[in-house]
Amino acid sequence: MKTDDLIAMLATGVAPVDPQLAAKRFRTGLGAGVLGALLLLLSLYGLNPQLQEVARLPMFWGKLAYPASLAAIALLLAQRLSHPGVPLGRAPAALLLPILAIALLAIWVLAQAAAPQRPALLLGQTWKTCALSIALVSTPVFVAVLWIMKGLAPTRLRHAGAAAGLLASTLGALVYALHCPEIEAPFLLVWYGAGMAIPVAVGALLGPKLLRW
Amino acid sequence: MKANEERLRAQLLLGLAGDAEAYHLFLKALSAHLRAFLRRRLGGLPDEIEDLVQDTLLAVHSQRHTYRPEQPLTAWVQAIARYKLIDLFRSRAGREALHDPLDEELDVFAHCDTDAADARRDVGKLLQQLPDHQRLPIVHTKLEGLSVAEAARATGMSESAVKVGVHRGLKALAALMKVSA
Repeated sequence: MKTDDLIAMLATGVAPVDPQLAAKRFRTGLGAGVLGALLLLLSLYGLNPQLQEVARLPMFWGKLAYPASLAAIALLLAQRLSHPGVPLGRAPAALLLPILAIALLAIWVLAQAAAPQRPALLLGQTWKTCALSIALVSTPVFVAVLWIMKGLAPTRLRHAGAAAGLLASTLGALVYALHCPEIEAPFLLVWYGAGMAIPVAVGALLGPKLLRW
Repeated sequence: MKANEERLRAQLLLGLAGDAEAYHLFLKALSAHLRAFLRRRLGGLPDEIEDLVQDTLLAVHSQRHTYRPEQPLTAWVQAIARYKLIDLFRSRAGREALHDPLDEELDVFAHCDTDAADARRDVGKLLQQLPDHQRLPIVHTKLEGLSVAEAARATGMSESAVKVGVHRGLKALAALMKVSA
Protein backbone atom coordinates (compact mmCIF):
# COMPACT_ATOMS: atom_id res chain seq x y z
CA MET A 1 0.00 0.00 0.00
CA LYS A 2 1.36 3.41 -0.91
CA THR A 3 1.63 6.06 1.75
CA ASP A 4 -1.02 8.19 0.03
CA ASP A 5 -3.44 5.27 0.10
CA LEU A 6 -2.71 4.70 3.78
CA ILE A 7 -3.40 8.38 4.45
CA ALA A 8 -6.67 8.20 2.53
CA MET A 9 -7.59 5.12 4.51
CA LEU A 10 -6.86 6.77 7.86
CA ALA A 11 -8.74 9.95 6.96
CA THR A 12 -11.84 8.30 5.51
CA GLY A 13 -14.80 8.39 7.84
CA VAL A 14 -12.65 9.69 10.69
CA ALA A 15 -14.68 9.98 13.87
CA PRO A 16 -14.58 13.02 16.17
CA VAL A 17 -12.32 12.53 19.19
CA ASP A 18 -13.61 13.32 22.67
CA PRO A 19 -11.19 15.96 24.05
CA GLN A 20 -11.85 14.66 27.57
CA LEU A 21 -10.82 11.10 26.71
CA ALA A 22 -7.55 11.15 28.67
CA ALA A 23 -9.11 12.85 31.69
CA LYS A 24 -11.96 10.32 31.73
CA ARG A 25 -9.51 7.44 31.50
CA PHE A 26 -7.60 8.81 34.50
CA ARG A 27 -10.82 9.22 36.50
CA THR A 28 -12.11 5.72 35.71
CA GLY A 29 -8.76 4.04 36.25
CA LEU A 30 -7.88 5.81 39.48
CA GLY A 31 -11.41 5.31 40.84
CA ALA A 32 -11.20 1.57 40.22
CA GLY A 33 -7.61 1.36 41.51
CA VAL A 34 -8.31 3.17 44.78
CA LEU A 35 -11.45 1.10 45.30
CA GLY A 36 -9.35 -2.04 44.80
CA ALA A 37 -6.79 -0.77 47.31
CA LEU A 38 -9.54 -0.06 49.86
CA LEU A 39 -11.01 -3.55 49.45
CA LEU A 40 -7.55 -5.06 49.79
CA LEU A 41 -6.95 -3.03 52.96
CA LEU A 42 -10.28 -4.04 54.49
CA SER A 43 -9.82 -7.73 53.70
CA LEU A 44 -6.15 -8.01 54.75
CA TYR A 45 -5.72 -5.38 57.48
CA GLY A 46 -9.01 -3.77 58.51
CA LEU A 47 -9.44 -0.18 59.65
CA ASN A 48 -7.58 1.19 62.64
CA PRO A 49 -10.07 0.63 65.52
CA GLN A 50 -8.97 3.94 67.07
CA LEU A 51 -9.48 5.85 63.83
CA GLN A 52 -12.13 8.19 65.26
CA GLU A 53 -9.98 9.26 68.20
CA VAL A 54 -6.82 9.46 66.10
CA ALA A 55 -8.59 11.66 63.53
CA ARG A 56 -8.83 14.40 66.18
CA LEU A 57 -5.06 14.71 66.37
CA PRO A 58 -3.54 17.32 64.04
CA MET A 59 -0.67 14.99 63.21
CA PHE A 60 -3.12 12.47 61.72
CA TRP A 61 -3.88 15.05 59.04
CA GLY A 62 -0.20 15.77 58.63
CA LYS A 63 0.26 12.07 58.06
CA LEU A 64 -2.33 12.18 55.26
CA ALA A 65 -1.01 15.42 53.80
CA TYR A 66 2.42 13.90 53.16
CA PRO A 67 1.33 11.18 50.68
CA ALA A 68 -1.60 13.30 49.44
CA SER A 69 0.60 16.18 48.30
CA LEU A 70 3.01 13.74 46.67
CA ALA A 71 0.04 12.06 44.95
CA ALA A 72 -1.14 15.37 43.48
CA ILE A 73 2.30 15.99 41.96
CA ALA A 74 2.55 12.36 40.81
CA LEU A 75 -0.80 12.72 39.04
CA LEU A 76 0.51 15.76 37.17
CA LEU A 77 3.67 13.87 36.23
CA ALA A 78 1.75 10.78 35.09
CA GLN A 79 -0.54 12.91 32.92
CA ARG A 80 2.34 14.80 31.33
CA LEU A 81 4.33 11.62 30.71
CA SER A 82 1.31 9.98 29.07
CA HIS A 83 1.16 12.66 26.38
CA PRO A 84 3.96 12.84 23.79
CA GLY A 85 6.11 15.97 23.92
CA VAL A 86 4.65 17.59 27.05
CA PRO A 87 7.47 19.04 29.20
CA LEU A 88 7.53 18.06 32.88
CA GLY A 89 8.13 21.62 34.05
CA ARG A 90 8.70 22.09 37.75
CA ALA A 91 6.73 19.05 38.85
CA PRO A 92 9.79 16.79 39.52
CA ALA A 93 11.40 19.48 41.71
CA ALA A 94 8.10 20.04 43.52
CA LEU A 95 8.31 16.46 44.82
CA LEU A 96 11.08 17.64 47.15
CA LEU A 97 8.80 20.02 49.06
CA PRO A 98 6.61 17.48 50.92
CA ILE A 99 9.67 15.31 51.57
CA LEU A 100 11.58 18.27 52.93
CA ALA A 101 8.63 19.30 55.10
CA ILE A 102 8.26 15.87 56.72
CA ALA A 103 12.05 15.60 57.13
CA LEU A 104 12.22 18.92 58.98
CA LEU A 105 9.31 17.90 61.17
CA ALA A 106 10.98 14.54 61.89
CA ILE A 107 14.24 16.23 62.88
CA TRP A 108 12.38 18.63 65.14
CA VAL A 109 10.46 15.81 66.82
CA LEU A 110 13.63 13.80 67.37
CA ALA A 111 15.48 16.84 68.70
CA GLN A 112 12.68 17.53 71.20
CA ALA A 113 12.54 13.96 72.47
CA ALA A 114 14.69 12.53 75.24
CA ALA A 115 17.36 10.17 73.91
CA PRO A 116 15.74 6.92 75.20
CA GLN A 117 12.48 7.72 73.34
CA ARG A 118 14.06 8.27 69.97
CA PRO A 119 14.19 4.64 68.74
CA ALA A 120 10.45 4.31 69.46
CA LEU A 121 9.69 7.46 67.43
CA LEU A 122 11.60 6.01 64.52
CA LEU A 123 10.46 2.41 64.67
CA GLY A 124 6.95 2.65 66.15
CA GLN A 125 5.28 -0.74 66.56
CA THR A 126 5.02 -1.69 62.89
CA TRP A 127 8.29 -0.76 61.16
CA LYS A 128 8.88 -4.34 60.06
CA THR A 129 5.72 -4.52 57.96
CA CYS A 130 4.88 -0.92 57.07
CA ALA A 131 6.87 -0.45 53.84
CA LEU A 132 5.89 -3.78 52.31
CA SER A 133 2.25 -3.29 53.34
CA ILE A 134 2.13 0.07 51.56
CA ALA A 135 3.63 -1.50 48.45
CA LEU A 136 1.10 -4.34 48.63
CA VAL A 137 -1.92 -2.07 49.10
CA SER A 138 -0.66 0.00 46.13
CA THR A 139 -0.78 -2.92 43.68
CA PRO A 140 -4.38 -2.42 42.45
CA VAL A 141 -3.65 1.27 41.81
CA PHE A 142 -0.40 0.36 40.05
CA VAL A 143 -2.21 -1.99 37.68
CA ALA A 144 -4.87 0.69 37.09
CA VAL A 145 -2.28 3.38 36.26
CA LEU A 146 -0.55 1.04 33.83
CA TRP A 147 -3.96 0.46 32.19
CA ILE A 148 -4.48 4.23 31.98
CA MET A 149 -1.09 4.77 30.38
CA LYS A 150 -1.52 1.87 27.95
CA GLY A 151 -4.47 3.75 26.50
CA LEU A 152 -2.41 6.92 26.05
CA ALA A 153 1.02 7.37 24.51
CA PRO A 154 3.97 7.56 26.91
CA THR A 155 7.22 8.01 24.99
CA ARG A 156 9.65 8.10 27.93
CA LEU A 157 8.86 4.68 29.28
CA ARG A 158 11.19 4.51 32.27
CA HIS A 159 10.04 7.90 33.54
CA ALA A 160 6.42 6.99 32.88
CA GLY A 161 6.83 3.70 34.77
CA ALA A 162 8.35 5.50 37.75
CA ALA A 163 5.55 8.08 37.74
CA ALA A 164 2.99 5.27 37.60
CA GLY A 165 4.69 3.68 40.61
CA LEU A 166 4.71 6.97 42.51
CA LEU A 167 1.05 7.72 41.80
CA ALA A 168 0.13 4.19 42.88
CA SER A 169 2.24 4.16 46.02
CA THR A 170 1.21 7.61 47.26
CA LEU A 171 -2.47 6.73 46.85
CA GLY A 172 -1.75 3.32 48.38
CA ALA A 173 -0.09 5.02 51.37
CA LEU A 174 -3.18 7.21 51.83
CA VAL A 175 -5.38 4.11 51.93
CA TYR A 176 -2.98 2.25 54.22
CA ALA A 177 -3.02 5.22 56.61
CA LEU A 178 -6.60 4.22 57.50
CA HIS A 179 -5.22 1.08 59.09
CA CYS A 180 -1.79 2.14 60.28
CA PRO A 181 -1.53 3.18 63.96
CA GLU A 182 1.70 5.17 63.55
CA ILE A 183 1.61 8.92 63.66
CA GLU A 184 5.12 10.16 64.45
CA ALA A 185 6.95 12.16 61.78
CA PRO A 186 10.26 10.22 62.02
CA PHE A 187 8.41 6.96 61.39
CA LEU A 188 6.47 8.43 58.46
CA LEU A 189 9.59 9.89 56.88
CA VAL A 190 11.47 6.59 56.89
CA TRP A 191 8.86 3.82 56.55
CA TYR A 192 6.22 5.59 54.47
CA GLY A 193 9.10 6.89 52.39
CA ALA A 194 10.43 3.36 51.85
CA GLY A 195 6.94 2.02 51.15
CA MET A 196 6.33 4.67 48.51
CA ALA A 197 9.77 4.17 46.96
CA ILE A 198 9.34 0.44 46.27
CA PRO A 199 6.63 0.82 43.57
CA VAL A 200 8.60 3.71 42.04
CA ALA A 201 11.60 1.42 41.59
CA VAL A 202 9.41 -1.41 40.27
CA GLY A 203 7.76 1.01 37.83
CA ALA A 204 11.07 2.36 36.56
CA LEU A 205 12.29 -1.19 36.08
CA LEU A 206 9.20 -2.53 34.31
CA GLY A 207 8.11 0.63 32.47
CA PRO A 208 10.13 0.03 29.29
CA LYS A 209 8.70 -3.51 29.03
CA LEU A 210 5.10 -2.95 30.10
CA LEU A 211 4.36 0.41 28.52
CA ARG A 212 5.68 -0.16 24.99
CA TRP A 213 3.23 0.51 22.19
CA MET B 1 7.95 27.26 9.22
CA LYS B 2 5.80 28.82 11.93
CA ALA B 3 3.02 29.34 9.36
CA ASN B 4 3.36 25.70 8.33
CA GLU B 5 2.90 24.56 11.86
CA GLU B 6 -0.08 26.85 12.43
CA ARG B 7 -1.81 25.55 9.31
CA LEU B 8 -1.17 21.92 10.21
CA ARG B 9 -2.36 22.49 13.74
CA ALA B 10 -5.59 24.06 12.54
CA GLN B 11 -6.16 21.11 10.20
CA LEU B 12 -5.49 18.60 12.96
CA LEU B 13 -7.91 20.36 15.33
CA LEU B 14 -10.60 20.27 12.64
CA GLY B 15 -9.77 16.61 12.07
CA LEU B 16 -10.14 15.87 15.77
CA ALA B 17 -13.59 17.44 15.59
CA GLY B 18 -14.45 14.98 12.80
CA ASP B 19 -13.61 16.94 9.62
CA ALA B 20 -12.22 14.18 7.38
CA GLU B 21 -11.16 16.55 4.59
CA ALA B 22 -9.04 18.75 6.86
CA TYR B 23 -7.63 15.65 8.53
CA HIS B 24 -6.66 14.25 5.14
CA LEU B 25 -4.78 17.47 4.33
CA PHE B 26 -3.09 17.31 7.71
CA LEU B 27 -1.85 13.75 7.24
CA LYS B 28 -0.73 14.50 3.71
CA ALA B 29 1.35 17.53 4.72
CA LEU B 30 2.61 15.74 7.81
CA SER B 31 3.82 12.77 5.75
CA ALA B 32 6.01 15.07 3.63
CA HIS B 33 7.54 16.63 6.75
CA LEU B 34 8.04 13.25 8.39
CA ARG B 35 9.72 11.90 5.27
CA ALA B 36 12.25 14.74 5.24
CA PHE B 37 12.73 14.51 9.01
CA LEU B 38 13.30 10.75 8.96
CA ARG B 39 15.46 10.80 5.84
CA ARG B 40 18.03 12.96 7.59
CA ARG B 41 18.13 10.50 10.48
CA LEU B 42 18.01 7.28 8.52
CA GLY B 43 20.81 7.96 6.08
CA GLY B 44 22.24 4.52 6.81
CA LEU B 45 18.92 2.77 6.28
CA PRO B 46 17.34 4.38 3.20
CA ASP B 47 14.99 1.43 2.65
CA GLU B 48 13.39 1.96 6.01
CA ILE B 49 12.27 5.53 5.45
CA GLU B 50 8.90 4.95 3.81
CA ASP B 51 8.07 2.12 6.21
CA LEU B 52 8.79 4.39 9.14
CA VAL B 53 6.79 7.25 7.60
CA GLN B 54 3.79 4.90 7.43
CA ASP B 55 4.48 3.56 10.89
CA THR B 56 4.60 7.07 12.34
CA LEU B 57 1.47 8.19 10.48
CA LEU B 58 -0.40 5.22 11.89
CA ALA B 59 0.90 6.04 15.37
CA VAL B 60 -0.10 9.71 15.01
CA HIS B 61 -3.55 8.56 13.94
CA SER B 62 -4.14 6.03 16.70
CA GLN B 63 -2.74 8.38 19.35
CA ARG B 64 -4.42 11.54 18.09
CA HIS B 65 -6.46 11.68 21.30
CA THR B 66 -3.22 12.44 23.17
CA TYR B 67 -2.63 15.77 21.42
CA ARG B 68 -3.29 18.68 23.77
CA PRO B 69 -4.56 21.76 21.91
CA GLU B 70 -2.46 24.12 24.07
CA GLN B 71 0.74 22.27 23.15
CA PRO B 72 2.98 23.08 20.14
CA LEU B 73 2.29 20.55 17.39
CA THR B 74 6.02 20.21 16.70
CA ALA B 75 6.70 18.87 20.17
CA TRP B 76 3.94 16.28 19.93
CA VAL B 77 4.81 15.03 16.44
CA GLN B 78 8.51 15.01 17.21
CA ALA B 79 8.06 12.97 20.38
CA ILE B 80 6.08 10.35 18.45
CA ALA B 81 8.52 10.28 15.52
CA ARG B 82 11.47 9.96 17.89
CA TYR B 83 9.75 7.17 19.75
CA LYS B 84 9.19 5.26 16.51
CA LEU B 85 12.75 5.94 15.42
CA ILE B 86 14.25 4.71 18.68
CA ASP B 87 12.01 1.66 18.45
CA LEU B 88 13.41 0.90 15.01
CA PHE B 89 16.99 1.33 16.17
CA ARG B 90 16.37 -0.86 19.16
CA SER B 91 15.04 -3.64 16.96
CA ARG B 92 17.93 -3.12 14.55
CA ALA B 93 20.50 -2.59 17.30
CA GLY B 94 22.09 -0.33 14.72
CA ARG B 95 22.57 2.96 16.42
CA GLU B 96 25.47 3.73 14.11
CA ALA B 97 22.90 4.36 11.39
CA LEU B 98 21.91 7.48 13.26
CA HIS B 99 22.84 10.61 11.36
CA ASP B 100 21.92 13.30 13.83
CA PRO B 101 21.96 12.97 17.57
CA LEU B 102 18.34 12.41 18.55
CA ASP B 103 18.22 14.91 21.34
CA GLU B 104 19.02 17.73 18.98
CA GLU B 105 15.87 19.83 18.73
CA LEU B 106 15.36 19.92 15.00
CA ASP B 107 12.07 21.20 13.74
CA VAL B 108 9.95 18.50 12.10
CA PHE B 109 8.26 21.14 9.99
CA ALA B 110 11.46 22.70 8.70
CA HIS B 111 11.67 20.49 5.63
CA CYS B 112 9.33 18.84 3.23
CA ASP B 113 9.73 15.79 1.00
CA THR B 114 6.81 14.70 -1.14
CA ASP B 115 8.82 12.17 -3.10
CA ALA B 116 7.45 8.96 -1.62
CA ALA B 117 9.43 5.85 -2.37
CA ASP B 118 7.60 2.55 -2.22
CA ALA B 119 7.32 1.11 1.22
CA ARG B 120 8.94 -2.31 1.41
CA ARG B 121 6.19 -3.59 3.57
CA ASP B 122 2.71 -3.71 2.14
CA VAL B 123 0.16 -2.45 4.63
CA GLY B 124 -2.55 -3.81 2.34
CA LYS B 125 -1.18 -7.32 2.79
CA LEU B 126 -0.84 -6.87 6.54
CA LEU B 127 -4.48 -5.82 6.58
CA GLN B 128 -5.40 -9.21 5.12
CA GLN B 129 -3.91 -10.87 8.20
CA LEU B 130 -6.39 -9.22 10.56
CA PRO B 131 -9.38 -11.26 11.74
CA ASP B 132 -12.70 -10.51 9.97
CA HIS B 133 -14.22 -8.54 12.84
CA GLN B 134 -11.36 -6.02 12.52
CA ARG B 135 -10.58 -6.27 8.81
CA LEU B 136 -14.13 -5.87 7.50
CA PRO B 137 -14.92 -2.70 9.50
CA ILE B 138 -11.66 -1.16 8.24
CA VAL B 139 -12.26 -2.22 4.63
CA HIS B 140 -15.85 -0.96 4.62
CA THR B 141 -15.48 2.33 6.51
CA LYS B 142 -11.91 3.23 5.64
CA LEU B 143 -11.33 1.89 2.14
CA GLU B 144 -14.81 1.78 0.62
CA GLY B 145 -15.97 4.89 2.43
CA LEU B 146 -19.16 3.42 3.87
CA SER B 147 -20.66 5.03 6.97
CA VAL B 148 -20.55 3.13 10.25
CA ALA B 149 -24.26 2.31 9.90
CA GLU B 150 -23.79 1.00 6.36
CA ALA B 151 -20.79 -1.07 7.41
CA ALA B 152 -22.81 -2.50 10.27
CA ARG B 153 -25.54 -3.57 7.82
CA ALA B 154 -23.01 -5.02 5.38
CA THR B 155 -21.26 -7.11 8.04
CA GLY B 156 -24.18 -7.90 10.32
CA MET B 157 -22.16 -6.42 13.20
CA SER B 158 -23.52 -3.79 15.59
CA GLU B 159 -22.44 -0.19 15.03
CA SER B 160 -20.40 -0.11 18.19
CA ALA B 161 -18.71 -3.39 17.18
CA VAL B 162 -17.77 -1.76 13.86
CA LYS B 163 -16.25 1.24 15.66
CA VAL B 164 -14.37 -0.97 18.10
CA GLY B 165 -13.23 -3.15 15.18
CA VAL B 166 -11.76 -0.15 13.34
CA HIS B 167 -10.03 1.11 16.46
CA ARG B 168 -8.57 -2.24 17.54
CA GLY B 169 -7.83 -3.21 13.93
CA LEU B 170 -5.67 -0.13 13.37
CA LYS B 171 -3.82 -0.85 16.60
CA ALA B 172 -3.30 -4.46 15.52
CA LEU B 173 -2.10 -3.19 12.17
CA ALA B 174 0.48 -0.98 13.89
CA ALA B 175 1.65 -4.02 15.87
CA LEU B 176 1.95 -6.08 12.67
CA MET B 177 3.99 -3.29 11.09
CA LYS B 178 6.37 -3.42 14.00
CA VAL B 179 6.80 -7.19 13.73
CA SER B 180 7.43 -7.07 10.00
CA ALA B 181 9.78 -4.06 10.26
